This record gives sequence, structure tokens and C-alpha cells, in this order.
Amino acid sequence: MALQDKDRIFTNLYGVQHWGLQAAQKRGNWDGTAGLIAKGRDWIIEEVKQSGLRGRGGAGFPTGLKWSFMPKSNPDGRPSYLVVNSDESEPGTCKDRDILRHDPHTLIEGCLIAAVAMNASAGYIYVRGEYYNEHLILQAAIDEAYAAGLLGKNAAGSGYDFDLYVHRGAGAYICGEETALIESLEGKKGMPRLKPPFPAAVGLYGCPTTVNNVETIAVVPTILRRGAGWFAGFGRPKNAGTKIFCIQGHVNKPCNVEEEMSIPLRELIERHAGGVRGGWDNLLCVIPGGSSTPLLPKHICDDVLMDFDALREHKSGLGTAGVIVMDKSTDLIRAIARLSKFYKHESCGQCTPCREGMGWVSRMMDRMVEGRAEIDEIDVLEDVTRRIEGHTICALADGGVWPVQGLIRHFRPMMEERIAEYKRNHAARVFPMAAE
Amino acid sequence: MTEAAVDHLDPNWRNSRAEPESFAFDAESEAQITKILARYPEAKKASAVIPLLYVAQKQMGRQTGSAWVPRIAMEKVGERLDMAPIRVFEVASFYFMFNTKPIGRFHLQVCGTTPCMLRGSDDVLRACKDAGHLKGYGDTSEDGLFTLTEVECLGACVNAPILQVDDDYYEDLDYDRTVQLIEALKRGERPAPGSTIGRQTSAPEGGPLTLLDVPMLEERGGN
Repeated sequence: MALQDKDRIFTNLYGVQHWGLQAAQKRGNWDGTAGLIAKGRDWIIEEVKQSGLRGRGGAGFPTGLKWSFMPKSNPDGRPSYLVVNSDESEPGTCKDRDILRHDPHTLIEGCLIAAVAMNASAGYIYVRGEYYNEHLILQAAIDEAYAAGLLGKNAAGSGYDFDLYVHRGAGAYICGEETALIESLEGKKGMPRLKPPFPAAVGLYGCPTTVNNVETIAVVPTILRRGAGWFAGFGRPKNAGTKIFCIQGHVNKPCNVEEEMSIPLRELIERHAGGVRGGWDNLLCVIPGGSSTPLLPKHICDDVLMDFDALREHKSGLGTAGVIVMDKSTDLIRAIARLSKFYKHESCGQCTPCREGMGWVSRMMDRMVEGRAEIDEIDVLEDVTRRIEGHTICALADGGVWPVQGLIRHFRPMMEERIAEYKRNHAARVFPMAAE
Repeated sequence: MTEAAVDHLDPNWRNSRAEPESFAFDAESEAQITKILARYPEAKKASAVIPLLYVAQKQMGRQTGSAWVPRIAMEKVGERLDMAPIRVFEVASFYFMFNTKPIGRFHLQVCGTTPCMLRGSDDVLRACKDAGHLKGYGDTSEDGLFTLTEVECLGACVNAPILQVDDDYYEDLDYDRTVQLIEALKRGERPAPGSTIGRQTSAPEGGPLTLLDVPMLEERGGN
């Protein structure tokens, strides 16, 4: 049973209607916001906990729990901040873009409510630099909200004062990592910080800060209005709610769609994206949750469910729900090598295993694309990814090596065949050359 | 020795090649700066460094037809924000979207990451080279019209492949439509950004399959 329109939160996902305040209010945004806020911080956090909402930016941390880490009062005079992560740069992910440009008031209202829940006096929405036109719309929507008294002093008549600002990044994937984002927002290079201290204790300008993904914040007003039980009713236990999926690659009709969590991958692709190009049997593999999540070969795709736990069981993840579909015409080794190049390009250079490792893996993968390697170098490659993984400050390097590990796990014979083919065409032995 | 290395060794780098003699924010930029500075606490105004570098880059685009940030402009940004010049330089060089060298009038930015690659970004690149008379990534055409850059995932993957021209995304491209776009730019036209096959933004081709029956607040009598 697919999600029905009446249960969709982002009712203007495709921008058929106007993004502006008037149209948003007709769709139900900003309806009784002051009443929700009047129920108090504890009630909001409890409802969000009960709803089962987990962060939509990739890590899937329970949102209500995260909010509860924020200090209840600020006796030392430090303000608390809400920071919204709209850096959306994970290859395969383009859901927040639609919220920013088509449904910005879901986000702005969510910011106010989240700010109340964490006692934040100001919020910054960090939008990736490339989303220039999107940030203009978001800013215009914020201006409208100020003019209508929904932000600023006594926001939405709630008695709560809250200011909200847009901050544009400048093209750095790493700034999607929350502490790198904070560094960037402070006017520095986007290099992740060591944790602890966690942002809830020491975040933006040294003040308590919570960083949440756009989609996470934007679903909150609807959850509060319709009840935690309504949201928790979708998806399997611990994988609750609705989710925007970005279905792309070798499908007949790529699209974004809001669906129920735990929907079977095959149903998602066939119902909404017109199916795999050339039919389901032409499927080679799927990257289920943005580039960092290891690929799944077809036999797993046949019946896997799209949620955090089901994908984790297959050593992959829901990530950002960017579903990258590849059919049998794909040069899969090249597709993964291109991801390695991405991570090499985006490494901030702070930690040696990542700075050197991403480049090494990328050069090694380039040789694997040609087949200009020895069979046992596949093992060397796998071994090096294990030495990179978990040895850096942030998760960029982990995300950078997982696609390669997924390739080796499921398609090692393809890599071996490529090497054998190269050898057939080049009589002389190819000496191991690591990745010079 | 590379050009960059020569620059580095040149104590009079201000005089080198394209560096302008001076830079001052114009009235339009000053109006933007006032708005930007209001967003951050006074003591934390270094937060405005990325926004101000954008202001400088846009102003260069307006004034010279080449949207880039010369070093003298970085110094001005530093002065305005009480930042040491090196702090501004390192931000300007860390983030990919600041052009630290002059570029062509139109910045053709081809997304080459896997989601676009799967949908034919190789064809988009080829079309840019052919129609823009460009040798490859990093090249600026002899007429100064185009600079070609490969960018990483632009975050519009369900509309792949994408070409970003300056700030605008052109989506659902193929070889022919990319050539048409570039020819239009040469004629001084600016086609509307978005899908080049008439799709409703991120909805499936042919029109949305969901959100066809969304009751408005009034109809459903409250949320």
C-alpha cells in the first residue's frame, strides 16, 4: 500500500503551486503554530521522540534525543543556536533542494518550533553555494515570514523571539559534516573538529548548537499537528515516517518522491520512476542511499526494504535516500572510480589517512578501470580501505572507501575479468606499481 | 616553472598579469554588505567572509565581465572584517566556487560525478568543447566567452545530466540541447534555467504521479 497524497508532508514538492506564504498557508503550513509552541519545550521533544523521527541527513540519529542534549537554560549567558544543514552535496541527493525552492515555509516553521525545543535564540540555514537560485527563494520566504510576524520578536504570536538567517557556502562537500559546517559558518576553512566536545556543548561561536538536516526540521510541524502516532504509523518500528527518495540513474523516469519508509526498493523504482531501463532483469546494482552507501547487487535489490535497518543488514545504509540505479550497460568499475575521484577532490586535507588515502584509492581505482593491475592488488586495495576507515576525524574517508569495499564485496569477479582482459591485450606482465 | 609558481616568487605580485591596481566596493556591493553584516554578531563578523568574497566576485563580473576574486579584493574583504589577509586567502582558496584567476564571461560547469555520468555527462562535456571551442577542463575560449570547469555533484541528480552556467542549472541535457544552449549564449540570449525537456522540476517525465489530490487546509477543516 503506497503512501496516499493526504499523508504527504511536502505537498508542493514539485513546485506546481507557488512557494510563497499565502499558498503555503492554504496548504496548511503555519496553522496554529503558536498553539503548538504553547505546549512547551518538553512536549515538543517528547512528541518528536514518540514519532520515531530519525535524522534525514544520512546518519539517522533520533532527532528528539538529539534535541534533548541541548541545555535547558543558559546561565553563563551563552545563547543557543539552531543550525540547519542544507549543504546537500552527497552525490545522488537532491531532496532538500525541492524543500528550499518549493516548500520553504515547511522549513521555516520547523526552525521556529525546533528553536523553541532547544531554547535557541537564532538559527542559521547553511545552503550549499551552488544552490544560488534556491537560496534566493528561501531568503524571500524568510522575508515574507518576518513581514507577517512569523519570525523575529514574538514570532507567530507565540511570545518567543527568534531570528533566522540564510548563509551560503561556497562549494565544499565537507561542509555537510556538522562541525566543518560550523567552522565554515564562523568564516574559516571547512575542516571538521574533534568531538567531544559535541556541538550541543560547544558549537557555533563556542555556544550550544544543534545541527539538523533540512528535511528533519521541515517534517516536524506536521508531526506535531497530526500527532506522533500518525508519523510513527508509517514504516517498520524504529524506521518510522515518510521520506523523500531521489530515484535516478538508469530508470525510465527519474524523480523525487515522498514515500513511506520501509517501502520495497523494487516497488519504489517501478511505481514512481517508471522501472529500470530495459526492465527489472536488466538491473545490475543500486546504490541505495547516496554515494557513501555501498552498492547492492540485483539479487539483494529484488526484495530489500528501504529503511535504516534493512539496508544495514546488507552492509549498506539508507543514508540520504539517493537511489542510484545502474543497469547492465554500466561500466561499474568506472562508476565507482568516479566516486573515488569525488572523495579525493572533497577531502579537506586535515587527516593524513584521508588526504593521502583518497588520492591513492582514486589512482588505484583508475587502474582498475583499465585493468592495468595484478589480481592481488585487489586485496591490497581492500586492505588499504580498511586502514583508512575509522582513522580520521570525520566520516568523509569512511564514506569514500565504502563504495570501493562494496564493489569488491559484490563484483570482484568483474574486476578480475577486467585485469585478465588487459593482460590478454598486453602480453608483457604488468608489474605491481601501487599507485604512484 | 608553472605560472602559479612564478606568481608566488614575484614580490610584486600585484603587478602580475591580470591583478588590478586597486579594488573598491561599489554602491551596489556596499548595500549588499550592509545586509550581510547584519546577520552575524558584531564580534563574529568573520562569518561574513564567504558572503563578502561572493560580493567581490560578482562585482568583478559586473565591472569586467569576468567574475573572479583578485588578491587585492581579498585584502579589502579582510580589512572590512578585521581579518588577517592570510585568513581570507585560505578561505578563498579552500572553497571551490571562488575563481582566483580570471574566467570567461560564461562559466560552464559540467557536473561529472557518477549520477550525471550515468545519464550522459560525457556528452555534455563533448558538446561544451565542440560548441564553446574549448580544449578541456580549465580552458578559456580564445574569444573570452567561456571557461570550462568540471564540478562535483551539483545536487540535482534526478534531473541529470546538469550544466551549471554561472548560477543557473540547465537540466536533463543531451549533446544537442547543450550545443543549442551554448549557441544561444553566444547570441546574447539567456534561456530559462531548469529542465531542457519541459519537465515539471523533479517530477517524473510526463507529469507528477503523486500529489494529484492534495486537499487544501480549508477543505479538510484543519490539519
